[in-house]
Amino acid sequence: MAEPHAETTAHAEHEHMPHGWRRWVFATNHKDIGTMYLVASCVMFFIGGAAAMVIRAQLFQPGGKLVDPGVFNSLITLHGLIMIFGAIMPAWVGLANWMIPLQIGAPDMALPRLNNLSFWILPFAFSLLIATLFVPGSAPAGGWTMYPPLVLQFGDSFPMLIFAIHLMGISSILGAINVIVTIMNLRAPGMTLLRMPLFVWTWLITAFLLIAVMPVLAGAVTMLLTDHFFGTSFFNAAGGGDPVMFQHIFWFFGHPEVYIMILPAFGVISEIIPTFSRKPLFGYEAMVYATASIAFLSFIVWAHHMFTVGLPVSAQLFFMFSTMLIAVPTGVKVFNWAATMWKGSLTFEPPMLFAVAFLFLFSIGGFSGLMLALVPADYQYHGTYFVVAHFHYVLVSGAAFAIMGAVYYWLPKWSGRMYDMTLAKWHFWLSAIFVNVLFFPQHFLGLAGMPRRIPDYAVQFTDWNMVSSIGGFAFGLSQLLLPYVVWKCVRSGKRVEANKTWDGAHGLEWELPSPAPFHSWTVPPSEALIARGAEH
Amino acid sequence: MASNVHAPDGQHYYVPNGSPWPIIAAVALFALMVGAVLYLDDVTGPWSLLIGPVLLLIMFGGWFHTVIGENQQGVYNTQVDRSFRMGMMWFIFSEVMFFAAFFGALFYARVFAVPWLGGAGIRALTNLILWPHYEAAWPTNGPGHIGGERFQSMSAYGIAAINTLVLLTSGLTVTIAHHALRAGKRTRLKIFLALTFLLGFTFVALQAHEYYDAYTRLNLRLTTGIYGSTFFMLTGFHGLHVTIGAIMLVVVWLRVLRGHFTPRQHFAFEAVTWYWHFVDVVWLFLFVFVYWL
Repeated sequence: MAEPHAETTAHAEHEHMPHGWRRWVFATNHKDIGTMYLVASCVMFFIGGAAAMVIRAQLFQPGGKLVDPGVFNSLITLHGLIMIFGAIMPAWVGLANWMIPLQIGAPDMALPRLNNLSFWILPFAFSLLIATLFVPGSAPAGGWTMYPPLVLQFGDSFPMLIFAIHLMGISSILGAINVIVTIMNLRAPGMTLLRMPLFVWTWLITAFLLIAVMPVLAGAVTMLLTDHFFGTSFFNAAGGGDPVMFQHIFWFFGHPEVYIMILPAFGVISEIIPTFSRKPLFGYEAMVYATASIAFLSFIVWAHHMFTVGLPVSAQLFFMFSTMLIAVPTGVKVFNWAATMWKGSLTFEPPMLFAVAFLFLFSIGGFSGLMLALVPADYQYHGTYFVVAHFHYVLVSGAAFAIMGAVYYWLPKWSGRMYDMTLAKWHFWLSAIFVNVLFFPQHFLGLAGMPRRIPDYAVQFTDWNMVSSIGGFAFGLSQLLLPYVVWKCVRSGKRVEANKTWDGAHGLEWELPSPAPFHSWTVPPSEALIARGAEH
Repeated sequence: MASNVHAPDGQHYYVPNGSPWPIIAAVALFALMVGAVLYLDDVTGPWSLLIGPVLLLIMFGGWFHTVIGENQQGVYNTQVDRSFRMGMMWFIFSEVMFFAAFFGALFYARVFAVPWLGGAGIRALTNLILWPHYEAAWPTNGPGHIGGERFQSMSAYGIAAINTLVLLTSGLTVTIAHHALRAGKRTRLKIFLALTFLLGFTFVALQAHEYYDAYTRLNLRLTTGIYGSTFFMLTGFHGLHVTIGAIMLVVVWLRVLRGHFTPRQHFAFEAVTWYWHFVDVVWLFLFVFVYWL
């Protein structure tokens, strides 16, 4: 095909970097869009966090009167939805946007305008969701899982919840399509699949999960909508439907969703640990296959969220064993990370601190998950604070810690500046200590029988709730350090001269200048660069 | 509109410049959702449902106009073409999964929920205590006879069978059109493409008639228990997709009339064809599991 005019890379770069509001609103650049995703995620993290602070304040002691029970229930519902769809997932998409093109030697995402759309749907979606707090009647208060018939009883806020979920789903699907197409089509020549960095691999599999399950969630909430407004009977036993059917459809989405939030974390940890161990990742290929196995298993374990709902015993057995199988590929990963560190030349910069904490704390969350997978044991644990402790270990000290580690790992590459190491370490230690003060006691509370999702509790649970709340306030406060460290770095951090911020780092992103140029790889990197980056 | 970086394949990559259309799309989707919220919450009349679709139409028009213009200028290289192809395939996969949710509901209702209400397996007590006298059967509107005591199910051998024939034929005509395009036979292309979307609209019209029949003669409605729910939601979403697909075929046909597409390069044509085959395949599943079995 004839080209009208060819331009040199440098020329194109200076000429076409847009300025002012257009740069962001009409953005097609993967770095700009990635930055917007990360900033939005941070904002949602603090909004969801504010809800959590109110929750912990209410639960500080029995008989809490800070908010009324209905508002409390709305807050736990919105906290869940905001943290999952607003904080964790957009943070991963932001990181994917920033890093995947750099890591595979591409100039941008494959479908840059679609990329813009994926991002800009989100502010609208969350406006709609948060606006539920301000309409007549109650905001949705049935928990983020939206089980009928409870969720069907909410008034004006109900369709807002449903359509906000639809918007988030559209955003996720479009974002995931972009990630897959970028990875499958824009890898530089020589960047074979098994040379790809693990962050790219885990995101490829995550994107597949997203495209497979977000439409199922859309279907589930559409059925809720028609049951509420148009008289269908999907979840109405009198009409031949079944409320439990919603749980099946929801968790068919919901379980892969859990891995959507954690697989990119595995990728990030697999980047950080080799760098600061100054050793290649142990068992690269095993990591890839383990990730794929986890993704496959995620489709056949969903009913472990529903053991107490009255499943046939045969179903309970199947879902119990398939769930416990996940421990095998996950174990492969944890041991591989440990083996990577074995006899490595370890240093503990902030990214590595977060990665090591991830290893321990995510494993705790994994183990409590195994306990929950046992049907007879789950009969006791189900619906208690033990479950809350479990998934917060996985999502906060797992996914969120990995995101923070990733930010501290790549921030010098993004900004061309080094952040305040001391402050970042303060952020880490405060987070790591208080996340345990916050969530570890919740195991005890749950085992002792304290139900989740209640605004008040029996007096015997007081002590550990107080401890948990104190941990919660301290953890919440210490998170303010993160945007401060980033802001300070971007404004006045010491410039980094080297392409490679960390001496042990491998990968194409470290072959580019810091900060990475507006259009990174307008010409594919050479085979030699790729081979050097892929020494794993 | 020119592009930022473009040069021959393999040397440089193509990166499009900024565009206002994505943010307009985001606003349009938001307007669609807010319009529906306002209507459903009885704040406004049904007119608020229209704002979103109108904005979406403008957006699709503008966005595609830009992309088609850039394509005609030849700024897209084969790599961009491949990105578009992959994007469309994964989009169709997401659509498949959307239908899978509703098929899942249908199978769950037929295999588990309804038999359990009738006391199957270990659920004897469910039947005995909650719904005595209910005998599980399919089709059903449940033990509460939601939507009325009597209704008739939709026969597979009426309009459904004719529509199966219509859609399968349209799959054939679109393939003939594709072969004609590749062979450079433009007249045949125009005729068979037109036949395809005409068959598509025929399908939709027949389905509308079928719905009319269901509501007036069979007393079969969206509110007719689980049978009515699954029947109308599955066939309704499918009909919506056929309508969208047929509109897409019309757009491609208009482009053909304007002389777009070459025997070697015709991504939009192929994308719409894939989409058309996708609604075709979904229909076959519908015919078997919703109408026939």
